[in-house]
Amino acid sequence: MSQPDAEIVQFDNVGLRYGTDKEILADISFTLYPGCFYFLTGASGAGKTSLLKLLYLAQRPSRGLIRLFGTDAITLPRERLPGFRRRIGVVFQDFRLVSHLSAFDNVALPLRVAGVSEKDITRPVGEMLDWVGLGDRQHARPATLSGGEQQRVAIARAVIARPDMLVADEPTGNVDPDMALKLLRLFESLNRLGTTVVVATHDVHLIRKVPDSLIMRLDKGRLSDPTGALRYPPRRPAMAGAGAPPPL
Amino acid sequence: MGLLSSLFQRWRGAAAPGDPRLLPEAQLSGPMPWVIAIMISLTVVAAASGLALRNAARAASADLEGGVTVQIVTAAPSERLRQSGAVLAVLRKAPEVAEVRQVAQEELNTLVEPWLGTRPGDDVEALPIPALIDVRLTGPATGRRLAALRALIAPVAPSARVDAQAGWLAPVFAAIGTLQWLAGGLIALLAFATIAAVLLASRNALGNHRETIEIVHMLGGTDRQIARVFQRSMAFDAAAGGLAGLLLGAVTIALLSRQFAALGSGMVAGAVLRWPDWIVIAAIPLAGVALAVLTARLTVLAALRRML
Repeated sequence: MSQPDAEIVQFDNVGLRYGTDKEILADISFTLYPGCFYFLTGASGAGKTSLLKLLYLAQRPSRGLIRLFGTDAITLPRERLPGFRRRIGVVFQDFRLVSHLSAFDNVALPLRVAGVSEKDITRPVGEMLDWVGLGDRQHARPATLSGGEQQRVAIARAVIARPDMLVADEPTGNVDPDMALKLLRLFESLNRLGTTVVVATHDVHLIRKVPDSLIMRLDKGRLSDPTGALRYPPRRPAMAGAGAPPPL
Repeated sequence: MGLLSSLFQRWRGAAAPGDPRLLPEAQLSGPMPWVIAIMISLTVVAAASGLALRNAARAASADLEGGVTVQIVTAAPSERLRQSGAVLAVLRKAPEVAEVRQVAQEELNTLVEPWLGTRPGDDVEALPIPALIDVRLTGPATGRRLAALRALIAPVAPSARVDAQAGWLAPVFAAIGTLQWLAGGLIALLAFATIAAVLLASRNALGNHRETIEIVHMLGGTDRQIARVFQRSMAFDAAAGGLAGLLLGAVTIALLSRQFAALGSGMVAGAVLRWPDWIVIAAIPLAGVALAVLTARLTVLAALRRML
């Protein structure tokens, strides 16, 4: 895993609160680099999903600075958000498939939104659905798919446009171990092509499957640094002499 | 609207290039096409009424523009007859008079018959009914021309009254003008009601599809892409409603025209719609579609701006 200098994401003293409640994320500072594979872990309610929402621009922080692809994301004008969002693939924890569209149309949605012509959509979407094992369910609506199938459609939708950064919130929570491993290999393939991958999970076995990954741990809204991922340059697990991730 | 519905559903199915099917299209079974149909039909009837009234006023005005009536109100029949002859002779020589004619006694009798009756023994001619002279001027009967005519007639018929015919109908023209304003006001109110209905429907549709809109936003969809979907859906609803409304309005106009034509009144006979009027009426559904689409677009864009 190479280590380019230019950061893709930079958080500096970021805090997030809803209304007048106490901060659910506090003093979050870290840097993500292009081409790296990150796991974000922590107990339920630690703030993983909230942190990912800040990453994929679904939420503005209450305080702090966020730079995304070298641009200040806090002061980013609203009309420029779509351009940034198209560079980020998102696998939502609850899949968030569009109920009135077929599996094919759901996967094709990022390409259509980006203005890709229909003739350039059919083949890659078909191949992607084949790859996630849903080649024969292309015309099925989400309501007729199982949880695992919906999750695979969500993942296919997130990666179809070859994003610069892939953000996945518990992407293997509803699939069997074999499919989980297969999806992880897909993420690794994308990562090898230069996509920065951020996967939120509390599945230790999944993290161990990617030994070259960097781990960020959230604990009650604060970030800890078990692998040195937050340092510059990040300490790679192999360099730290940790073939396997440290205990979480 | 079953056939229309299936036809429009087929058209809706073909998404325009660069306009992905992001949201489910609203169905024609919803109330919007019907609401627009009612609005358009009422607008068509109001506009047709306004245009017909304008035509009636114009026709009457053109007929009466140069019309002047001279009344010889002397009580003695022989003197009345003498003054009438003298006035006719003077007017025939006047350069500004295009046509002059004495209204025949039979015509006068017919005019007063509804008030004085026709029972056997009635002697209408025994009454001192003024002699009437119908005059057509070469131009409009302005105050200056009327004064010149009075001056010309006064030496031969000192008690003669000279009146512009348009003056008698001034209250009718004023009433027609008021009715035209009323029709205009009604059209404006219907336009406001259409805007309000489209605004509510757009907000309702936004609320129903909020989750999908958020997903499309997260995938990099722009406000304009989302607004286009709503615009397109509204355009289909408004087009279907507009067409139905135009047909309904046209049938109503046709029925009203037949009833008014049966009255046989001279003024009502002028209240007809001409080709340019029908073009204006045919443009009403198009204006309705444009108004609905613009309202939907502005409503959706304003609502989307409040989302991240």
